[in-house]
Amino acid sequence: MASQSSGMLRRREVVSTLLSDRGELVVIAGLGAPAWDITAVGDHPRNLPLWGGMGSAATIGLGLALAQPSLPVLVITGDGEMLMGIGALATIAVARPPNLSVVVLDNEHYGETGMQPTHTGAGVNLAGMAEAAGIRRVFSIRREDEVAPLRAAIHEKSGPLFAQVKIDAETLKLVLPPREGALLQARMRESILGPEAHLA
Amino acid sequence: MDVAPSDTATWPDALFDLLKAHQVRQVAFVPDAGHSRLIRRCQADPEIKAISLTTEEEGIGLLLGAWLGGERGVLLMQSSGVGNCINMLSLSILHRTPMPMLVTMRGDFGEFNPAQVPMGNATQAVLEAMGTLVRRADHAEDIVPTADATLRLAFNTFRPTATLIGQRVLGAKTFGKE
Repeated sequence: MASQSSGMLRRREVVSTLLSDRGELVVIAGLGAPAWDITAVGDHPRNLPLWGGMGSAATIGLGLALAQPSLPVLVITGDGEMLMGIGALATIAVARPPNLSVVVLDNEHYGETGMQPTHTGAGVNLAGMAEAAGIRRVFSIRREDEVAPLRAAIHEKSGPLFAQVKIDAETLKLVLPPREGALLQARMRESILGPEAHLA
Repeated sequence: MDVAPSDTATWPDALFDLLKAHQVRQVAFVPDAGHSRLIRRCQADPEIKAISLTTEEEGIGLLLGAWLGGERGVLLMQSSGVGNCINMLSLSILHRTPMPMLVTMRGDFGEFNPAQVPMGNATQAVLEAMGTLVRRADHAEDIVPTADATLRLAFNTFRPTATLIGQRVLGAKTFGKE
């Protein structure tokens, strides 16, 4: 299923596998294609797709993982977004939240702006950077049979976990989530904290 | 670096007590001499997760994540770090999220280092341009009440707020040239 003629993994199929049987999983998606990808699987109160704040996805996941240590927290973002906030890998490695996973869908391009190349296509190795930062579990994924084990690892909460998933640079139909940020915030808080979230 | 509060100054410990009273659980910071004692107190408290950042904008993301998970956070930084946060402050407005900031000023009152002046002079303007409610404390006795107002305004009305702790309180480092 997951590869096309290029032999590379396809982003929507990777994300669909990662979000399968999601249980209590909380998901932050970086702006652009990762936000459309998680929404294509199905909009969900525990999805926070970002519309801005490029470079912030991993640190949003960090704050959430620290606040809710019993919940698995997954950040799904792109290579351009991760590169913009690359220092977060060091901050996460030092803070060591075991329940935080950061998965970078690496197509080696800035997809939303016209498919200009990112540094990852020129040899910059995000998994190597995460490992050097001291992230506990690091995966570098290129094959379909590696995706389901990654999904299982995300639920083990024995991280922090970082995965670089090399994907095809395909351009897919947009699947837009709600863009009212207050709604996205309030529905996630209610899902995690219950109705009293709104009385804080 | 700038100047740390004297050992006899009581406001850093009073700020720590204030964070505890407001049930702050995540304190994000890029170190600053003016905040050094407050940071040490936070690091020593088992109830507080003191998170050292590589750049201040990480703190904006962290505070959004903390709020999503039901915890209150505060960002401590020097005025130069405010410049690193500008675009990220969009997140607080967009997601209606409390983001209180306690900012120690440089380039503000008797500054020695010319490099600190442009950002110090622009700190309040850029925060306000991004929708932050800003109050200043230029005397030691004003710091705690102003920070209290900043925390209340953030947590009760869901927006970015800041107290700027003036260099007049902190003093200006002179690099040995008195």
